[in-house]
Amino acid sequence: MTRSFTAWQRLLHWAMAIAILGMLFIGVGMVSTIAPSYLPLIATHRTLGIVILVLAVVRLGLRWRYGAPPLPVSMPIPMRLAAHLSPYAFYALMLGMPLIGWAMMSAAAYPIVLLGHIRLPPILPQSDALHTLLWKAHVYLAFAFFALVVMHVAAALYHALVRRDGVFETMASVRADRAAAE
Amino acid sequence: MSSGTPPARARTLGSFAAILVVAGAGVGAFAYAAGWLTPDRLTPARMLAALDGPKGPALGHRRNHAKGICFTGIFAASGEGREITRASVLASGQYPVVGRFNLGTTEPDSPDATVRVRGMGLQITAPDGAVWRMAMIDPPFFPVATPRAFYDLQVASHSTERGAMPAFIAQHPEFRAFAEWAGSAPWTGSYAETGFNSLDSFVFTDTQGYDHPVRWSLLPDATVTALTQAQLAAMGPDHLEQEIRARVAAAPQSWRMVVTLADPIDQTADPSKAWPEDRRRMEVGTLIVQRIEAERDGPCRDINFDPTVLPDGMSVSDDPFPAARSAAYARSYNLRAAEVRDYPYQRAAATEASR
Ligand code: HEM
Ligand code: HEM
Repeated sequence: MTRSFTAWQRLLHWAMAIAILGMLFIGVGMVSTIAPSYLPLIATHRTLGIVILVLAVVRLGLRWRYGAPPLPVSMPIPMRLAAHLSPYAFYALMLGMPLIGWAMMSAAAYPIVLLGHIRLPPILPQSDALHTLLWKAHVYLAFAFFALVVMHVAAALYHALVRRDGVFETMASVRADRAAAE
Repeated sequence: MSSGTPPARARTLGSFAAILVVAGAGVGAFAYAAGWLTPDRLTPARMLAALDGPKGPALGHRRNHAKGICFTGIFAASGEGREITRASVLASGQYPVVGRFNLGTTEPDSPDATVRVRGMGLQITAPDGAVWRMAMIDPPFFPVATPRAFYDLQVASHSTERGAMPAFIAQHPEFRAFAEWAGSAPWTGSYAETGFNSLDSFVFTDTQGYDHPVRWSLLPDATVTALTQAQLAAMGPDHLEQEIRARVAAAPQSWRMVVTLADPIDQTADPSKAWPEDRRRMEVGTLIVQRIEAERDGPCRDINFDPTVLPDGMSVSDDPFPAARSAAYARSYNLRAAEVRDYPYQRAAATEASR
């Protein structure tokens, strides 16, 4: 390995990893409770979700600008394929989930309020049909997202513990510079 | 990969085991958060199932307060409310409203005189776009003290076991006051002669940042004529909708919105307990209903009058109901919006035409 992701890319990756896992747990937790915590959970869900949308756009820009470190040549073809395709799935979900959430709430004519007083405009008119479509999409894609995260973690650990090929370190190193942990 | 020698193979196996444990723990934690491992958790889905009862839901309709009719009009704020909240909806001015008169039943075809509780859903929109939604009912207090007790009440009232209701009442003595109200309060022949109460407590926050725990009511300006249940029944199964349509067509109908401020000794967590009569009250505005529209093509059907949709300057208190209601109403909304095909638009339109 010759280089890792840039420091900004790594910082964003780990911040967003925590935020997205948080969103998935908050999401399934809030829709299965009627306790008073429902309200702070859904308020956090909206705000953090939009933060993820903004960060995902920034991250996409960084990825476009700096790219990703090359994969080790020793990796078998199917693994390389998975490694090349998974970022597309992640970016689609990081951008898509918040947009679907926002659109879904718009289609139900809910005010979309962040941090208690910042109001976002609706991005769709009220529509039962659109709301239903987006609601189902938000739920099913959320589960797909979680499955993807679990596989991603398993793959990362496989690189770190079994293959020990430096792929894990390209994202995990805490060094500020772009040179590699070898 | 170097899995040739035995120690290396053991290390690899250990690594795979570690990966499995991490992934398994993640999935387990997720399942726990989603409530799949705790079937006792009171979820919105269970709450709605309890409301539905053994007959199941009326598809396409609200899972409670299913019978109703839409209205539009204005809220004329007096400006007095600005003393206790910075919310722009209570600054002096006239703001558009959309609302819904309704009956507290899970069956949209219930005859009016069989439903004891009447409700109103209301949305006021301030010029700056801030929205205040509420859903209020006419009893002076709620039947039960906690959302869990509301669930138990639904289960008991649908139970075919003898003694289910008496057992419920023994565990929830607050229900007696409600039963007494339901048995003795006069009925009226009009939504315009009905008052509506928030029952739940909320917190208003003024421009200085001070909090004021409040409840509010909409008091009818119309003269109230008391009826017996039998008199209302004799007027027909859909009298209330026909009457309010004709009445508003003849003249707008109005309600004064009165906010009651809690004394420091008043509890805010339990809507089954009314506050003493002598608490300070403020008249913050007048609701003027100008137009009635059938629910099926009116502007209220596809709104969720979620009582936690509050403008800046208003928030929930330690009353656990608004959160529970918000969770349950959202699910009710999701389901009914997905069931529009079952909403009996055609049937209702046909019977109306043949009248
Ligand atoms: C990365 C971003 C997001 C993720 C991973 C995510 C994930 C989830 C999950 C897991 C659920 C629970 C699904 C279920 O089991 O029913 C959920 C529900 C929900 N999400 Fe999101 N979400 C995201 C962004 C947003 C945003 C930005 C909004 C709104 C502005 C939003 C609004 C909602 C709402 C209203 C629900 C409740 C749906 C219901 O009523 O059942 N989400 N989300
Ligand atoms: C935990 C307790 C409660 C539960 C589970 C519950 C459940 C529901 C549900 C599922 C709906 C239909 C929502 C929709 O689809 O839009 C509804 C509507 C309504 N509820 Fe409740 N409710 C509760 C407590 C209350 C309280 C305390 C009040 C009044 C103070 C109230 C007043 C109303 C009114 C007026 C409506 C009709 C609103 C409209 O026209 O859309 N409910 N309730």
